[in-house]
Amino acid sequence: MTYTIEGNTGSWEVVVGLEVHAQVITQSKLFSGAATAFGAAPNSQVSFVDAAFPGMLPVVNAEAVAQAVRTGLGLRAHINLVSRFDRKNYFYADLPSGYQISQFEKPIVGAGVIEIELADGSTKQIGVTRLHLEQDAGKSLHDQHPAKSYVDLNRSGVALMEIVSEPDIRSPEEAGAYVKKLRAILRYLGTCDGNMEEGSLRADVNVSVRKHGEPYRTRCEIKNVNSVRFVMQAVEAEAARQVDLWESGGTVQQETRLFDSARGVTRPMRSKEDAHDYRYFPDPDLLPLVLDEAWVADLASKLPELPDEKRARFIADLGLTPYDAGVLVADQAAAAYFETVAKGRDAKQAANWIMGDLFAVLNRTGHSIEDSPVPAPALGQLLDLIADSTINGKIAKSVFEAMVETGDGPEAIVAARGLRQVTDTGAIDAAVDAVLAANPDKVADYKAGKDKMFGFFVGQIMKSLAGKGNPALVNASLKQRLG
Amino acid sequence: MISLSLAQARAALRARQMSARELTTAYLGAIEALNPQLNAYVLVTPEVALAHADAADAALARGAARPLTGIPLAIKDLFCTKGTRTTAGSKILENFVPPYESTVTANLLRDGAVFLGKANLDEFAMGSSNMTSAFGAVANPWTRLGDNRPLVPGGSSGGSAAAVAAHLALGATATDTGGSIRQPASFCGIVGIKPTYGRCSRWGVVAFASSLDQAGPLARTVEDAAILLGSMAGHDPKDSTSANVPVPDFAAACARGVKGLRIGVPREYRSDGMPPEIEALWLQGQQWLREQGATIVDVSLPHTKYALATYYIVAPAEASSNLARYDGVRFGLRVDGGDLGELYENTRAAGFGAEVKRRVLIGTYVLSAGYYDAYNLKAQKVRALILKDFTDAFEHCDALLTPTAPSAAFGQGEKMDDPVTMYLNDVFTVPANMAGTPGLSVPAGLDAQGLPLGLQVLGRPFDEETVFAVGAALERAAGFSAVPRILAK
Repeated sequence: MTYTIEGNTGSWEVVVGLEVHAQVITQSKLFSGAATAFGAAPNSQVSFVDAAFPGMLPVVNAEAVAQAVRTGLGLRAHINLVSRFDRKNYFYADLPSGYQISQFEKPIVGAGVIEIELADGSTKQIGVTRLHLEQDAGKSLHDQHPAKSYVDLNRSGVALMEIVSEPDIRSPEEAGAYVKKLRAILRYLGTCDGNMEEGSLRADVNVSVRKHGEPYRTRCEIKNVNSVRFVMQAVEAEAARQVDLWESGGTVQQETRLFDSARGVTRPMRSKEDAHDYRYFPDPDLLPLVLDEAWVADLASKLPELPDEKRARFIADLGLTPYDAGVLVADQAAAAYFETVAKGRDAKQAANWIMGDLFAVLNRTGHSIEDSPVPAPALGQLLDLIADSTINGKIAKSVFEAMVETGDGPEAIVAARGLRQVTDTGAIDAAVDAVLAANPDKVADYKAGKDKMFGFFVGQIMKSLAGKGNPALVNASLKQRLG
Repeated sequence: MISLSLAQARAALRARQMSARELTTAYLGAIEALNPQLNAYVLVTPEVALAHADAADAALARGAARPLTGIPLAIKDLFCTKGTRTTAGSKILENFVPPYESTVTANLLRDGAVFLGKANLDEFAMGSSNMTSAFGAVANPWTRLGDNRPLVPGGSSGGSAAAVAAHLALGATATDTGGSIRQPASFCGIVGIKPTYGRCSRWGVVAFASSLDQAGPLARTVEDAAILLGSMAGHDPKDSTSANVPVPDFAAACARGVKGLRIGVPREYRSDGMPPEIEALWLQGQQWLREQGATIVDVSLPHTKYALATYYIVAPAEASSNLARYDGVRFGLRVDGGDLGELYENTRAAGFGAEVKRRVLIGTYVLSAGYYDAYNLKAQKVRALILKDFTDAFEHCDALLTPTAPSAAFGQGEKMDDPVTMYLNDVFTVPANMAGTPGLSVPAGLDAQGLPLGLQVLGRPFDEETVFAVGAALERAAGFSAVPRILAK
């Protein structure tokens, strides 16, 4: 399914590459021992290294390096056993040393791949060019004082991974799917929390357009887009802008732009901020980063199961549809919830309950699956009650609602509310006889060939049994009597 | 009391022939008398010194003497000292009081040293004359015969060298990025060693050029320098370029002798313009070593002639980046402006001197897009060749002998017109920085004008012991006992 923009001069293809900045989950910063927790008081997590005091030196955080390697392995990428840190020089108030330590020429991770799943059920491989480690800058606050800017250095020196894709993305949907899939992989690996609202994950979106078969045209980079939805909107808006520009005889200038989510358009950043000569050179305070092959192999052997593998297993071993498996693995917590519920039970039934009833409840109540009002073991018990005929499926729905409201377990609710299924054939036969006796005209209709009256009778019988009749026994009794 | 060497003073302190307080008080008195004339110290800290001295006396009293207990030192004002102002010789750090202690000075304090104060230096260690200090020039304690005009002490560790030579400290910390320990040692008639890159931690030392900067001691004898280096050196996990190698007994190595050693004389160090006195002293040095059982061999360091030019790409490039942090935002001088750009411009225009600005501009230029390959990348390649020169030479010899500097101390204000003339002072010392190898300067004689001249011993990486052995042999043979006239009064 090809996404194109139909212009006045024909159809245009969109070409997108993403640079995603992912904050590495570590206790301390990339080159200092200062803490990294989000939301701390301004300038409370700053070491003399982070504030670039005279004579301070960086020492690389081994855990950040391990996290980058884990991520590389998770992206099925080449791990560079020798990489190097470089200085990217520019002046800004929230960049204390006047340079950012990054990896320019020799990144720690080379080429890899991410497989994305699209709404039509198809998949596509998006190339990953590289992943490198770098420091975050501090934060400039321009709204705290009418004439002054404030600087918060808590983020200064926090470890980031910059993950650069190939220009393989061809639509807003693919761009969104790429970010979602990358975020899922990072969360599975535990290397980035993927929280875009807190800025733990943000994307620079490179967009160009071209006529089919053409070489690439000039691209624009949209900086710091901070939600999946905005990534998709930014691609759409920027591509449309470029098509208009080309078709009106203009030329796209390579530049850095910002996405204005309120107006749904991109606009240029001040050109001054674009005119940097970063004067990259190897950081003489740091030795080349040399990794031991056995250490990398050890990290590889301890990687958790990743979304693609989990999805394949759910399909092959548990019999889920590709769609259901995809939905469940997209969120590691949902997958874990599902596995708890499905263990030793009907996996398809478990998936239906989670994706239907549970997701609806989570949506309605605003809970995440981690703090679901119905814990996975409780949902499992509910399914057990259905399986052993203690309750029927319909009663199960109301038990589930009661579980959401009260937080009680399903057995307690069934016992307290007398919802145990009626399996006494005498009672069921009596209920059947009563309903048939009360509706002689309907019985006549049925016998004259109106088969669907059968459902009417079942409904009436269940109603008289307060919904608790065992459906199989009710059916059997009814069939026997209607001959 | 202040004429004793460090080793002698240490023995006298341990024998309780004098107290650390007495020794420190004597030095503080000497500083009071001569520093106004020499400007070797930018800050004297009598309270700190006496507190250290009293702690030393207490340690001596309970028999807990460490290697430097009670030894009064000058600290180059490039080493951050906790609670004591540290300026790097720059107006931009005029009021900077570090909340931390550099690893090297912390090591010295651990070993019982007494800090007299902070020694003057070229601004950010950029200079060979100590003329670029924001706190005024330093006068060399030595003057020419019959001529009282002040001479430079060399640089950048000019204050440290002048203090040691004028007996205003028993020893001093210094740093050497392109000769900044060895050239002032030569100019002031004292001993100085730049150890192997990575031997001393750079943590807490204000950075000039990170891949070249290395701390080392200045002292009056080779043995004193060895004792000081033994305390300063050691692996520091806070400096990624610090070498994790054991610190040997440098002082013991001074007594090894040179019998059986092969001493290389690099032919490329014979420059056409070399003064005959320096040439003669160099030959004399070879003779001294030969007489003590060493073999002199001719060696070649073919890329020597490119070292200085390459240095003036590498060092400014790193400096331009290292000095970006002096922006007026978090510490040091701030000169406000209408916006952030003006704040930077005003602060750095007012805070940096001309030589620092020159090097920041050179460094920014050579790192710029379009010039990086032509300058910086080429410089890195040449640097690798210079290192290979040394590696090859050390296949044929155990140490190298060269002059330390192409001249004796020159007058304040001389060589100031053309920066390149000033830069040429470092032609013999810079290659060791580029290669990371250790180098020691030892006073070997006086020129016709009565000024000291030094010889330089270069060694294999992490083989300072051989360097000290050769330096001590030269010292014994030279019998250099001259002192500046300022002390004869």
